[in-house]
Amino acid sequence: MNAGIGEPRWVRVGLVMAGVAAMGLLLVLPLVLVFVQAFSKGAVFLWQSLAAPDAVAAIRLTVLVAAIAVPINTVFGLAAAWCVSRFRFPGRAVLVAMIDLPFSVSPVIAGLIYVLLFGLQGWFGPMLERHDIHIIFAVPGIVLATVFVTSPFVARQLMPLMASQGILEEEAALTLGASGWQMFRRVTLPRIGWALLTGVLLCTARAMGEFGAVSVVSGHIRGLTNTMPLQVEILYNEYQSAAAFALSALLTCLALVTIAVRGVLEWRGRAATQRGQRAVWMRA
Amino acid sequence: MVRHRHALPGFRITLAITLAYVGLVVVGPLLGLVAKAASLDWSSIQALLTNPRSLAAFRVSFGTAAVASVVNVPLGLLLAWTLTRYRFAGRAVMDALIDLPFALPTAVAGVALTTLYGDDGWIGAPLAQIGVSVAYAPLGIGVALLFVGLPFVVRSLQPVLAALGRESEEVALTLGASPLQIFRRVILPPLIPAALTGMGMAFARGVGEYGSVIFIAGNRPMVSEIVPLLIVSKLEQFDYPGAAVLGSAMLVLSLAILLGLGRLQYRGAA
Repeated sequence: MNAGIGEPRWVRVGLVMAGVAAMGLLLVLPLVLVFVQAFSKGAVFLWQSLAAPDAVAAIRLTVLVAAIAVPINTVFGLAAAWCVSRFRFPGRAVLVAMIDLPFSVSPVIAGLIYVLLFGLQGWFGPMLERHDIHIIFAVPGIVLATVFVTSPFVARQLMPLMASQGILEEEAALTLGASGWQMFRRVTLPRIGWALLTGVLLCTARAMGEFGAVSVVSGHIRGLTNTMPLQVEILYNEYQSAAAFALSALLTCLALVTIAVRGVLEWRGRAATQRGQRAVWMRA
Repeated sequence: MVRHRHALPGFRITLAITLAYVGLVVVGPLLGLVAKAASLDWSSIQALLTNPRSLAAFRVSFGTAAVASVVNVPLGLLLAWTLTRYRFAGRAVMDALIDLPFALPTAVAGVALTTLYGDDGWIGAPLAQIGVSVAYAPLGIGVALLFVGLPFVVRSLQPVLAALGRESEEVALTLGASPLQIFRRVILPPLIPAALTGMGMAFARGVGEYGSVIFIAGNRPMVSEIVPLLIVSKLEQFDYPGAAVLGSAMLVLSLAILLGLGRLQYRGAA
């Protein structure tokens, strides 16, 4: 802190206190409330609510959906970031905008588009009905809606980083006789590793926490098509507040872990980039 | 880069994967939505969009999102300022927690805020005593949107504030500017594009927000019903065309916001 210039001490202290107060009121208080409510009927009740069959089914489905959506979107994110950041081609800017699009679409619309495609009155509804295939109000619809909502996460994390890194090292690897796959594994992957992990982390967190899109396509069938956030809604609307907050607390822990791990990953990523720059310096 | 063709492999396969994926998962289904809405004749589209309940929902959605995003600017500036300018105990934790609304599932935010601001909640009860009820009213929607929008403003402002440096302030000071003049003439101008970007992002998010709003809104038609909820209730009545028309309108409006934001960022970068 520069002592000669800057705001007087009372201004600084006042601003910090106002900031802490705003933060506490807006962000910390809801966080504290989730845990207080979750423990309001004791730890035993909390455990019982999490171990209830419907809750277990919801947790299972949530993990299953994330386990399908995240790998798909990781492969997509890698492919998208590679072609967009390593090559120039006509329509590239439009493609980037399309990749980003799900970020700016209301979650309800994300669910709606799949209902209009695969629902009973949807474009493919009658055909699916004839073959007895269920997508809407069933697990495939939940997966599709989640895939849509989480599709930009990995790509968004990788595109700016790869664009800024340039292609010199990859070209060097190829000149030295590496195959495309070797180049990807030995040169590209180590350089984007931390950002890739961050993207996967954020993608997973959103996949497990998505509510609006999933709510539209789920049909809310207990034990079958309820993810954790949907189960929270059902319990809350049935005035089983403590049970709703038990599941909420679990989801909140997930969010806090996400924030913490992301901080660590970004810190490691920065350290790795600086090491890389130093290495380049040394070679020069 | 097309000029000097470099030898990096994988262009065709990654482009094919990306185009196929974006086409099948994103663009195709969105076109399906617009096609469904367009299959109606113009007068029924107009009737669906301009009936009093739809108009009220658009007013609630856009009004609350606008107010919340505007209120978030001074709040976000306060937090971004204290987090980038000062070093104090707990700063790192506070900085990390700014992302909480991004990471917290919206349904959890919804039930937590509703309990907090309900008439017997920690904040709701004292407010109820002075006759202000937040939950189950448009004000509650505003509170939820304040929560989800805050990190957009803070995270837009932080890098600009960090890059600002103190040199120009020192110059202004030696030239005899008062602290208020320094803030208005030196610090504020470069922050405006970032603040507008953050505000626009918070607004765009707020307009489409569903999970954190529906619990606290009360969802009374004409009063506190948001457009996404109206779409859901049309779907529940199997009114697919009605849902498609409202959904397409939302889609077009959010694309317009996105376009505006892109121009803003372009101008901010220039």
